[in-house]
Amino acid sequence: MAPLLKLSGVTKSFPGILANDNVDLNVMPGEIHALLGENGAGKSTLVKIIYGLLKPDSGLLEWQGTPLKLLGPSEARALGIGMVFQHFSLFDALTVCENIAIASDSNLSLKTLHSKIMEVSEDYGLPLDPDRYVHSLSVGEKQRIEIIRCLLQSPKLLILDEPTSVLTPQEAKNLFVTLETLAASGCAILYISHKLEEVKRLCMKATILRNGAVVATCDPRLETARTMAERMIGSKLNNIQRRKSPESGRPRVRINKLSLKSSDPFGIDLKSISLNVSRGEVVGIAGVAGNGQNELMAALSGEVIQSYPNDTIVFDDICVAGMRVSERRAMGSCFVPEERYGHAAIKEMSLKDNALLTSSKNINLVKKGLLQFDAINDLTEKIIFDFDVRTTGSKMESGSLSGGNLQKFILGREILQEPGILIISQPTWGVDAGAALVLRKSLLELAARGCAVLIISQDLDEIFEICDRIAVLYQGNLSALMDTETASMDQVGLLMGGGNGE
Amino acid sequence: MSLIPQFIPKFVLETRVEVSNKWVILSPIIAIILTLFSGIIIFSLMGKDPLLALYTFFIQPVTTLFGVTELLVKATPLVLIGVGLAIGFKANVWNIGAEGQFTMGAIFGGGAALLCNNIESYLVLPFVLLLGILGGAFWGAIPAFFKTRFNANEILTSLMLSYIAVLFLSYLVHGPWRDPGGFNFPESQLFSDYAMLPVLVENSRLNLGSVFAILVVLLGWILIARSIIGFQLRVVGLAPAAAHYAGFKHSGLVWLSFTISGGLAGLAGIAEVSGPIGQLLPSVSPGYGFTAIIVAFLGRLHPVGVLFASLVMALSYIGGENAQIEIGLPAAVTGLFQGVLLFFLLACDVLVRYRIKSSSFISGKRS
Repeated sequence: MAPLLKLSGVTKSFPGILANDNVDLNVMPGEIHALLGENGAGKSTLVKIIYGLLKPDSGLLEWQGTPLKLLGPSEARALGIGMVFQHFSLFDALTVCENIAIASDSNLSLKTLHSKIMEVSEDYGLPLDPDRYVHSLSVGEKQRIEIIRCLLQSPKLLILDEPTSVLTPQEAKNLFVTLETLAASGCAILYISHKLEEVKRLCMKATILRNGAVVATCDPRLETARTMAERMIGSKLNNIQRRKSPESGRPRVRINKLSLKSSDPFGIDLKSISLNVSRGEVVGIAGVAGNGQNELMAALSGEVIQSYPNDTIVFDDICVAGMRVSERRAMGSCFVPEERYGHAAIKEMSLKDNALLTSSKNINLVKKGLLQFDAINDLTEKIIFDFDVRTTGSKMESGSLSGGNLQKFILGREILQEPGILIISQPTWGVDAGAALVLRKSLLELAARGCAVLIISQDLDEIFEICDRIAVLYQGNLSALMDTETASMDQVGLLMGGGNGE
Repeated sequence: MSLIPQFIPKFVLETRVEVSNKWVILSPIIAIILTLFSGIIIFSLMGKDPLLALYTFFIQPVTTLFGVTELLVKATPLVLIGVGLAIGFKANVWNIGAEGQFTMGAIFGGGAALLCNNIESYLVLPFVLLLGILGGAFWGAIPAFFKTRFNANEILTSLMLSYIAVLFLSYLVHGPWRDPGGFNFPESQLFSDYAMLPVLVENSRLNLGSVFAILVVLLGWILIARSIIGFQLRVVGLAPAAAHYAGFKHSGLVWLSFTISGGLAGLAGIAEVSGPIGQLLPSVSPGYGFTAIIVAFLGRLHPVGVLFASLVMALSYIGGENAQIEIGLPAAVTGLFQGVLLFFLLACDVLVRYRIKSSSFISGKRS
């Protein structure tokens, strides 16, 4: 059988980096094909080339045997190539049907579109009401809009970029069923994921990229997650040593019945959240994005200050609910928000400036109000070295780093401040297996030195891997805390979906 | 679709990995050269000898010592205001009301000078200068208050306050502060020598104010490039959420930018009336406060750049006057040159973040 899509010798370079190096790839009709690789291995660049967003510098693309030169995504869609991005592009204030109409290449009336959406949603087991407003949908439902948007074009190839990173385990299972139905009908699927277990469960072929080049193709069903991860990073993978939970020490973080109205009209209000994190403990808050994580993070870091401070948030026996960010930081607490660009780091500034961003209280870096460039440079080099940040130098703009590499830098910056309390949102989101391992290890080491670590994460594997206790955030409510050793993945998954975990 | 041949442009713009420092400096220089070339074309079309016109405009004014001192006198207020504005613009704080802060500086300082007109003491001048700075800072603090308290747009408030300040000065010199022995002219008394900035070069108007301008360039450079405050201002300008996350106080930085830029504009104002002018008039500025906005951008929001940009803009002012007198060019030519210069500058600035790449050089190898 002839391949549906054939790439030979595709090469693409960006200033300072070779993103794709002579890549060959064959996708057969009806095949679920995984594209694996570390951060910065070139997966996104490659799918952007296939979807017509980027033009290769050299190499040949063939579509059903004829050479393919795409001028843009609309041409790709017309040929039957659909793509679901990691970040959705939806308007909160419009309905599902309106959102699909806006991005549609066809001129169907809203009414026809409405019935077509119903049709597709039934055929593929993707329940979705076309009249609902997007802001009232869960992340999983929002993703369904994007998938249905592609399916309406009856695609021959569907590209999915980390589709399960925002889903509960149960939602992911449903998605797999849909994808399998789709594949059985002859549509090929190109599937990017860092979750190797699900690749093994779902995909029949995998192409592994490293530093822009193909290093292996394999059948995931015959591999283990470990062997695939090792091919991705090109070396042996060490396990994280699960440590024994610490004796319950003095609580360093105490949250008592914290209720907070969100400032965002489409945000989630926090409802009476209570939680303790002790010295040396790692506590994880699981939950699907958009259930109050950003609001909780802002309340804890001090980016949102409560107007009537009481003892709702207590760090090291001092009430901080009314304190500003700088005062909380001065007490030895550090924070890492979810959004990297423009929040945890400044794209347009050098790594040196980004190292200084949250370290400016360090007396070595700033003396009498003046910047000490040598010390700032040393700190930057240390972060780059200790946390294996792949970059060509400390003068590089942080925007030139891949997401995972930048995360290593940001986490490194905070960890090197030796915080007594560290609160992180999505510590390893979009970070590859090798780097995630390094980051998780350093978090555990930090906890072992007496830090109280609170992690807000969507990644259940991560939470089960490093946390001592787990709670689930759903619609602004926090579930009771469970010991990791007695909690089950299913139970947490159900809580994430709004069930009662029984 | 797949058969349509791909259109290959000959040159493409490619994002640079780092901001090109070379082009940050080259861009204004090339813009000035391009402006001169346009000048040749414009003058030819007007039927003037282009070289003579350019000579009269740009070179003749500075061929005498007096011409050079006049250039510095005109550049001084632009430097003082421009450095202050650059500090605020770095933080995306848009103080458009330097003209008003300049005028308020002249009013406060000038009022002090009139009050002390009978006191013979060397302390009068520092007092006058201090009040000038306070006047400008006070007028700058008003938009800062509205911005931080009510989130009012500072572009509008600072601009509108300019007109209030200018009209207030006009009221004062037409009314309460009019010189009783001044034949009803709307002018204040002349300031006493103790309230005047000492002249540096004999028979010129060049005074101590220019030395202040140099000091301000130096201090401004330290503040922007070397201090933690400057760093915080840059972060607020580029990524407000990141500044918030790092714990930088946004409202504090707004207050700081406005009081610094207002205070410096106030200093420029009092230096003008206690220097070249010597009394309060209904109008004390030919629009320095607005020209300084162009100066700040032409100077790359960098104090040393502001210094050079001020000299260029000052030259366009006195060159324009000279060209009117010598060869009868219309006064509008000054504004035209300033506009063309800004136009070319913005065009050349593209090359700071992008580079031109000839697409025939496409290769798969590391660039």
